[in-house]
Amino acid sequence: MITIAGAGLAGLASAYELAKRSAPVTIFEKAEQPGESSVARFAGGMLAPFCERESAEEEVVTCGVQAADWWSQVTPVTRHGTLVVTPPRDQAELTRFARRTSHFTEVNGQAISELEPALAGRFERGLFFKEEAHLDPRQALADLTGAVQELGVEIQYGRTAPARVNLNCTATASSLPDLRAVRGEMAILHCPEVQLSRVIRLLHPRMPLYLVPRADGLFMIGGTMVESNSDRPPTLRSLTEMLSAAFAIHPAFAEASVVEIGAGLRPAFPDNLPRLVEHDGSLHLNGLYRHGFLLAPALAQQAAQHLLKEACA
Amino acid sequence: MQLYGTDISSRLLLGTAQYPSPAVLQKAIETSRAEIITVSLRRETADGSGAGFWGLLKDSGCRILPNTAGCHSVQEAVVTAQMARELFGTDWIKLEVIGNSDTLQPDVFGLVEAARLLCADGFKVFPYTTDDLVVGEKLLEAGCELLMPWGAPIGSGQGLRNPEALRAMRAHFPDVPLIVDAGIGRPSDATRAMELGMNAVLLNTAVAKAGDPVLMAQAMAQAIEAGRNGYIADPMDPRDMAVPSTPTLGMAELI
Repeated sequence: MITIAGAGLAGLASAYELAKRSAPVTIFEKAEQPGESSVARFAGGMLAPFCERESAEEEVVTCGVQAADWWSQVTPVTRHGTLVVTPPRDQAELTRFARRTSHFTEVNGQAISELEPALAGRFERGLFFKEEAHLDPRQALADLTGAVQELGVEIQYGRTAPARVNLNCTATASSLPDLRAVRGEMAILHCPEVQLSRVIRLLHPRMPLYLVPRADGLFMIGGTMVESNSDRPPTLRSLTEMLSAAFAIHPAFAEASVVEIGAGLRPAFPDNLPRLVEHDGSLHLNGLYRHGFLLAPALAQQAAQHLLKEACA
Repeated sequence: MQLYGTDISSRLLLGTAQYPSPAVLQKAIETSRAEIITVSLRRETADGSGAGFWGLLKDSGCRILPNTAGCHSVQEAVVTAQMARELFGTDWIKLEVIGNSDTLQPDVFGLVEAARLLCADGFKVFPYTTDDLVVGEKLLEAGCELLMPWGAPIGSGQGLRNPEALRAMRAHFPDVPLIVDAGIGRPSDATRAMELGMNAVLLNTAVAKAGDPVLMAQAMAQAIEAGRNGYIADPMDPRDMAVPSTPTLGMAELI
């Protein structure tokens, strides 16, 4: 029996990889309800390895390109790409973004309006990352939970894990050295007047933001990264910046309902890359940072291989 | 150079925001050999304890210069400075009082007032100011022992927008340490500032947002050293006409 602490993104993805290899798995989750204590519920759900390369290491691309296919096994994935735009005065940001990334085509105002009719006449230049995708994080967590249970994984909710487990996936709750919390803030808007079919990234020198369309006229907006371990609700400043960015993307967002705001703590190592590490008698999968949905599949595969090789030996 | 009685040998002061990761930041600090790093209290806490990030900064062994970045009023800046003193155990503070959230220009009136309050409270104030001479005088009267004039708006990377004003500052305040803060984009901008006789350069975005921040940190350090040496070495003045560097009279009699 392989034991896992934490039924968040890392724990569930690892359980899935283990169960597919026919290993019996039990997950201990301290929360009473599925997803309740997982920071992934505040995520954007972007599967955007090429855009992330702007500020992340190459490993994020090499490990992340398979994510869309992996998630398609268990949950709906929207493969419409990412559109990166910027207000006219911040054109230099777009040029810089293009220099640091790959797998995009430059698009003009005409092409932008063909991709997203709602944005017709609003932006003159953009970058289109055709191969990228996105999903709905809460739907994906629920679907992944169902998928692992179907494969025979037992999830014990409301149970604190024993001190030693085979795989510890407890994110910021773990006591790994060098692990820190990076706060992220988000809001969910309901705006049926605006139809967008793909992730829109708005480049801004102070606060680059992303707007992720979800079903039923909902949009998630997020993007802050604050070096802090406070999970208090979003600050007025962050919300002001995020909401005005939505307004900059389309003025119809002025009439949107803000249906939810939230803040979560992302676990990160100093290089902002995830790791598998042995510590205090357990293997730990941690440090997914802002790349949870993008990198969990690759790390889960590595964790499963590591644990099963160990089991054979 | 001496800043508030402390000997500092590196003339590059490095900001710690906006790096791709703390690991890259750490390497950039090492490569730059900066001895002073600035930390934005506001941005990095939002009420929590940013402990993980600060631990990394403390491990760098550098002297920490907390700043009041993003403060728009005297009171906000003073309270932030007091929090920073508690948190980092230092009475050094880089004082920013922002007058306009779009241009990030300093509010020099608020700056002088906040500097007076903080200096009276025992702080060693590093004021982020414009290149205005009268404002500089008022800051010194308020108790500041150094000035940090801008090169260009924060984060703009435009280089030195008004080198003549910096030259005038150097002449007007011959014995006051002058640190160019904000606006540096390329190593040549930093060299230029140092050739004008500035004592040091404070920069952040130019390194943090470079494609290779570690290499850019090294380039900036070299540029600053070159500019400083160039200033001390007393450069020649430009001339309108060519002057040959070889003798013009007589033939070499080699046989």
